[in-house]
Order: sequence, then structure tokens, then C-alpha cells
Amino acid sequence: MALEWFKRDRTGLVSQPKKATPDNLWVKCDSCGEIVFSRELEKRLHVCPKCGFHFPVPGDKYVSILTDEGTWEEFDRELHSTDPLGFKDQMKYSDRIAASMKKTGLHEALTTGTCAIGGHPCVMGIMEFAFMGGSVGSVVGEKFARAVDRCLAERRALIVVSRSGGMRMQEGMVSLMQMAKTSVKLVELADAGLPYISLLTNPTTGGTTASFSMLGDVNLAEPGALIGFAGPRVIKQTIGQDLPPGFQRSEFLMEKGFLDRIVPRSEIKSTLETLLTFFMKKEPKAS
Amino acid sequence: MAETKPILGANHGAAGGGRSSFADTYVMDFEKPVAELERKIAEMRSLATGSGMKSLSVEIDRMEKKAAHMRQEVYRNLSPWQKVQIARHPRRPYTLDYVTRICDSWLELHGDRGFADDHAMVAGMASIGGIDVMLIGHQKGRGTKDNLFRNFAMANPEGYRKALRFMRLAAKFRRPVITLIDTPGAYPGLGAEERGQAEAIARNLYEMARLPVPIVGIVIGEGGSGGALAISVTDEIHILEYAIYSVISPEGCASILYRDAGQAPQAAESLRLTAPDLLKFNIVDGIIAEPSGGAHNDPDVAAANVKAQILTSLDRLIPLPEDRLLAARHKKYEKIGFWLDH
Repeated sequence: MALEWFKRDRTGLVSQPKKATPDNLWVKCDSCGEIVFSRELEKRLHVCPKCGFHFPVPGDKYVSILTDEGTWEEFDRELHSTDPLGFKDQMKYSDRIAASMKKTGLHEALTTGTCAIGGHPCVMGIMEFAFMGGSVGSVVGEKFARAVDRCLAERRALIVVSRSGGMRMQEGMVSLMQMAKTSVKLVELADAGLPYISLLTNPTTGGTTASFSMLGDVNLAEPGALIGFAGPRVIKQTIGQDLPPGFQRSEFLMEKGFLDRIVPRSEIKSTLETLLTFFMKKEPKAS
Repeated sequence: MAETKPILGANHGAAGGGRSSFADTYVMDFEKPVAELERKIAEMRSLATGSGMKSLSVEIDRMEKKAAHMRQEVYRNLSPWQKVQIARHPRRPYTLDYVTRICDSWLELHGDRGFADDHAMVAGMASIGGIDVMLIGHQKGRGTKDNLFRNFAMANPEGYRKALRFMRLAAKFRRPVITLIDTPGAYPGLGAEERGQAEAIARNLYEMARLPVPIVGIVIGEGGSGGALAISVTDEIHILEYAIYSVISPEGCASILYRDAGQAPQAAESLRLTAPDLLKFNIVDGIIAEPSGGAHNDPDVAAANVKAQILTSLDRLIPLPEDRLLAARHKKYEKIGFWLDH
């Protein structure tokens, strides 16, 4: 099944309104419980008008929110996973992938494409939590690597929108090594003097946080996103007591010094434009 | 390097060399038949010396051969789960046990210069076979008290930052880095998150990818996920025969995917965490043989094998010019993975 939103071009920022079935006319906010008219929610980029809660949105939303209209062009779309370990738990890994593909219309948990943001040439990678928890395996690692290669070849900035539960254990150590692989590629990007901006969204945990998500020249996050290394449940088990309120949320991480800014969804694009202008604008050469 | 005597960690009193003190006190299920036979041999031997009966020695010889054979058989057919147990064996030699056996000199250094000295991670200047190196490794403890001191080799962010500080120091003075990997994983605690466990690990991966000196890693016991990887981005990484390296502990995997931590043996199979599997998937560059019955049965032999591998690797890596060294390191990691293009 093709992802229509990635094929759709020149239709503007407004995505197709969802089919007005009685089920999704109104949406209840996960955070404050407010009942919101779904079209209103869409207009507000899926942010609750009452409490500012950021609803999770599919990857195409970030394309329409963050990129200059009509500039997005996906690449490496067909890259897909094999089952190197022959992994089987309650379900075969290959079946899990097939189910995720069907559910999301994607081939993997990372979508990559070229685009412009404020006129600056970029490569953007967007992770999809609905695809096996946004877990990182061989394909995500390879697509990330090729995204960096594209930046190097065409002098583009790299933007990655993270949301991921960590490494994909169905690929065993091959998946853990993607942490090293993506980090190695970021060194190459840095050596070329090209910027990397990491946008962390809810939730980003495990090896994803402990590799490319935390390695941005600038680390941005949406408000209220869960960001951490160990999951809250594991930590709770370790310390044997409840976690303090707001622990491992964006605001906590910024307070502790690990994020540069927390940016509401409506302001991410303008923030990226400011950053990219600073990083990419060619200064007139001193004579 | 100044002449230095080995400075021993707090665990060394208990961990002295020699077969008996190392291996006796803890026996795994699958080792029991061998252990039982060895106990009998020891009994007979004390009887023989006590009573002066020479005739017993023939019988003792025979039984010793049998025990050696049995041990070989058991270790030839170990399941992945049994290897997990050996990798975690409380008598298995740890980083400082190797240090005392492979280093001509060793001066331990401490602290991350920012927060604390993490005892789960040790680092120091060492000389191995006449080559000055910076040696960094996870450190487990022996016994409860020592293990609390070492936090069971689960480093906090300051542990990874400590490791990084010494890698940078090595780079500044053009000394190769040796890392010994042996951790259940990075510590999942409140303070660890507050101080940026994820950032600390990520930073190490990034900095190791560009460190301009040779890095050789040896997985000596438990390679536990990100906490292990944080000192494992290397030019060459080798693994001891019965050591493991895994993206998640078998127990953790079982409780998530099988919803039953009791399925850990099954998860250990699925995760492909044994040395031969890791070699097959190009995760490690080689396997270092362990003595019969595992490293804990003869730490001196295990250490000699580790030392030989370190020297072989350094011999190959030290002559490489910096650009070729880094290019090869990058290539090695870029290649890892399995995918289809269509």
C-alpha cells in the first residue's frame, strides 16, 4: 500500500480532513480530558487548545508542518528489513514487520527525504513509533547512513525527528551496532561542517536517545515528551519507589542541561529556519 | 612510564590467582558432575599423602584424566543460556584480575572531572608487553560489599565520562586504548537519568568514532547492551569464548517478548549472543580461546590468551596512519546490518 501523503504534491499544508465518521468528529485529550472538535485539533497541528498537549501525529504531518511546500521528496523508500537472526518469539519477526508495514503503510520505522526548510537544503528523517515501537534495526541504521551520505553529496543539513523505544531486539546485536553506525556517520557529517538538528518527540528512549537523538548540534524537543535512557518502569523497579512528577519529560531534560530548547509544534519550523540560517548562510568572504 | 607496582582494587584479596581459590566456591548445575569427581580426587589425594599409599596415585591419575575429559565434553556442548551463566560466573576473572596478569605496570587514575569517580569503571596507564596503553574497563565486584562498591559494574554517566576523559588523554599522548567489557548494562537509576545517561553513552560512541589512536576491545564477560557499547567502538573487538554480548539481557527480552522472564533460556537462544554467533554476524572480529572449564578455572591461561590477542592487534594497528585507521573504523561500522533494497 502506498503512502498517499508522500506522493501528494503541491496540495499545500492542509492535509485531507479525516472522513467525518461519528467516531472521530470529537477527540478527547489524553492529558486534560477536554473534548476537542477534531477539525479544530487539526488546525492547531494536533495540539490541545486547552492544555497544549501534543498529540502524536504520523510522519506526513511533520513533512507538512516543517518543510517548505512542495519540496519534500522521499528516498530509499523501498529499503526493507530481512530477518538476519531468524528471530521468533510469540510471533515471527518477519510477520511482525509485515504487520507493521500493513498498519503504517511504511516499509520501516524511519522515513527519509530531501526537502527545503526556509529555503535551506535539508535531508529530513522522521521516525514512526507505530512501526514496531519506532525501534532501530538494520534498515533504520542504513537509511540514516544514506541520509548522511546525501547531506554530504549535496551539502544539505540533517534534521531527524525521533520517537522510538530503542533498539530492535529482534535483530539482536546487529541492531545495537546501529547506535555505533549512526554515530560514525554523524562524525562524517560534522567533519564536512554540516549541521545536524535533532528533534525529540514523545517518546524517545533507549539506544535511540543514547545515540543519534542526543547528538544534535542542537537538540530540540516538543513539550512534555518522554525522553530518557531507561524506561520509567525499569527505573521504578530499580529504585523501588515512585518517580518524581515530570521525571524524564522534556522540561526536566532541559532543566538538567540536555536540550537546547523546548519548542511547541507551531514554532518548530521557524526555529529550524533560524538555526539553519545561522549554520548554513554563506558569509561574504573577508578580503 | 614511571615504575609502578600493580595497584590492586578492593576485590583483589578474594580474587587471588590459582585454580582452587578461583573456582571452588561456586559451581553451576552443569558443572556439578565434574565438580563432584574433582572433590573425590582431592579427598583421595589427601588420603594418599596422609597414609603414604603410593598405589592410589595411579587411580588418581586415571580419575583426573576422566575429570578433564568430562569437563571438555560439558564445555563443548554448552547451550547459549549456559554460556550466559559462565559469562556471569562470580569467580570469572574481572578487569582488574586481567590487569594484574597482563600488565607490566599499572597506575590507576580516577574521576570524570565533573561529578565523581565511578567505581564501576576503572582506568589507568598500563604497559602491556612493553607497549604503553590506556586501559579502561568495567569492574565487577566480588562479594556483596565489593559489588555494592562497584555497583555491579553498572556505570553511571560519570563512568562513561571518566572513560572518555582517559581516551582523550590517550589520544593527546598518542597511546592506544584497550577496553575490557564486562557489564550487565548501564545503570537504570534516577540519578543516572538526571545526569544524562543517554547523552554520556551517545557522546562516547561519537568520540570513539573519531579518536585518532588505535582502540582494541575485549569482551571478557558480560557485554550488556548500550552500557557495553559505550566503550566498544573499536578498530578491533575480540570476545572470550564463553563471554556474551547482547542488545538486551535474556531475562529482559523474555519478559518483554514472551511476557515471562522464565523464558530467558529460550531468549538467550534467539538473541544470538554467543561468541560464534557474534563472529558470524561480524559484530566481533575474533574469538579468544578460554582454558578448559572456562576462564574462572584458570585465569592465568585466560589472561595469557587475552594478552596475546591485544599484542597481535596492536601490532597490526599501531603502524597504520591516522587517516587509514579512522577510515577503516568507519567502514567497519558502516557495513554492519542486513537489508534489501527492493
